[in-house]
Amino acid sequence: MREESFFRDKLLPISTVVLILIAVWYVAAIFLNAPFERDAAARAGTEIGLSDIVRNTMAQERPVLPAPHQVVAEIWDTTVNKAITSKRSLVYHAWITLSATLLGFGIGAALGVLLAVGIVHNRAMDRSLMPWVIASQTIPILAIAPMIIVVLNAIGIAGLLPKALISTYLSFFPVVVGMVKGLRSPEAIQLDLMHTYNASSAQTFWKLRWPSSMPYLFTSLKVAVAISLVGAIVGELPTGAVAGLGARLLAGSYYGQTVQIWAALFMAAALAAVLVMIVGLAHTAVLKRMGAKP
Amino acid sequence: MTSNSASVVSARDLGLTFQTSDGPVNALTGVNLDVAKGDFVSFIGPSGCGKTTFLRVIADLEKPTSGSIAVNGMTPEEARRHRAYGYVFQAAALYPWRTIEKNIALPLEIMGYSKDERKARIERTLELVNLSGFGKKYPWQLSGGMQQRASIARALAFDADLLLMDEPFGALDEIVRDHLNEQLLKLWARTNKTICFVTHSIPEAVYLSTKIVVMSPRPGRVTDIIESTLPRERPLGIRETAEFLEIAHRVREGLRAGHSYDE
Repeated sequence: MREESFFRDKLLPISTVVLILIAVWYVAAIFLNAPFERDAAARAGTEIGLSDIVRNTMAQERPVLPAPHQVVAEIWDTTVNKAITSKRSLVYHAWITLSATLLGFGIGAALGVLLAVGIVHNRAMDRSLMPWVIASQTIPILAIAPMIIVVLNAIGIAGLLPKALISTYLSFFPVVVGMVKGLRSPEAIQLDLMHTYNASSAQTFWKLRWPSSMPYLFTSLKVAVAISLVGAIVGELPTGAVAGLGARLLAGSYYGQTVQIWAALFMAAALAAVLVMIVGLAHTAVLKRMGAKP
Repeated sequence: MTSNSASVVSARDLGLTFQTSDGPVNALTGVNLDVAKGDFVSFIGPSGCGKTTFLRVIADLEKPTSGSIAVNGMTPEEARRHRAYGYVFQAAALYPWRTIEKNIALPLEIMGYSKDERKARIERTLELVNLSGFGKKYPWQLSGGMQQRASIARALAFDADLLLMDEPFGALDEIVRDHLNEQLLKLWARTNKTICFVTHSIPEAVYLSTKIVVMSPRPGRVTDIIESTLPRERPLGIRETAEFLEIAHRVREGLRAGHSYDE
């Protein structure tokens, strides 16, 4: 087998795709922003040349589609040039969203594992709970999020927890489904072996079911952490856009600040990528500790 | 009967019928058998003859539907609760996230042996199956034959006098199998265990056993029980002797009488 090369196998394919995407984006920005320039020229009663259109579409204040460098400039300006305690700092807003994401993810993962353990060990729970777990995900989160916020606010719970609970609502689901499968993944022969040792259910759980389920756990955690972030952002929309990436998105759309929207979107995407990567690293570390074949 | 030759396994008119969607399947009917302490009993027959099912009944992995069976004078369930037997499956069934020594430690952990005791037993059983020095390896680092030996070590680690082996060498090639058969006989001589061994190989059954139980399918039943006249000390070369071939012939006749060769 040939050696894996970082340049040829990782950098080259990824950067090629990124370059193509950026090129397509620039072309799309020109086409989408051009009508505004033509309208402006027509109102002023002047003719506008193609080169002027191209130049102007790259630097509109409220473009339909901002050009990539505008978004990069906005991200740079709102991260590096602002104090992180400032309400104008994207880092500040990202942290607000991240804290809700992590709390919601933690509760969701714990809840998901607990429900899966119950479903695997208890026939009644298996029969009664699973349909509800699935039904819970058929309700659009956008419909239920405002109600959670309003109801919790009415009983005096506001701030971080309601947003985190929306993250929980989304993130427990992949964990339940993944862990039910994972805890049931031991082969019949491995379970028979435990039976011949007269092992208790607790021993079978900790020595067989739990270790067997690790690959399933981490795979579902990757999905869960990404949708936790979505949940936290959605949870910030109905709160009146006070703080957080969701608030930046909402405020941006109120005032037509498309550059701000795109900057917040990219921040959210980067955050999700980092979170998934951290879970991925934990996955690798755990499997390595469990003696997996390299 | 003296206590020395007391029955380890005693089945009387044992039957087991599986209810399937295609109607009932008679996996075992009218099985009468006694396994004495120190015996090496082989169960041989084509697939579907109930040999594995019988072993699983002894191990309380299946419940008989008629007749009775005693293991060490107890019901199979009591015997299992007393951890009366070690079971070796067709596949090694080692836990991939445990090293070989941790795999052998598994039953010891479950049965509450102390750490020092576990260490001593791991060392002793690894030596018994010629795997000393491989304790720190993970299962995937070992060959199939070595994995199966590790699973035998795991079954030997705790104090069960009865060893139930379900085609343990079925998936291995013949050269490895010959070698492991020879080692198994030595191990049996050293440990004085009673062994019930399921196989579909006539030479293997004759070479290993003091008693050969010939079984036939549809319905699963015992067609012949052969007491081997071979000495307990058996070099590999014994398989070319007239006595060996005569016993093998009788096994084949038993299989034929049970229509095991019919389509």
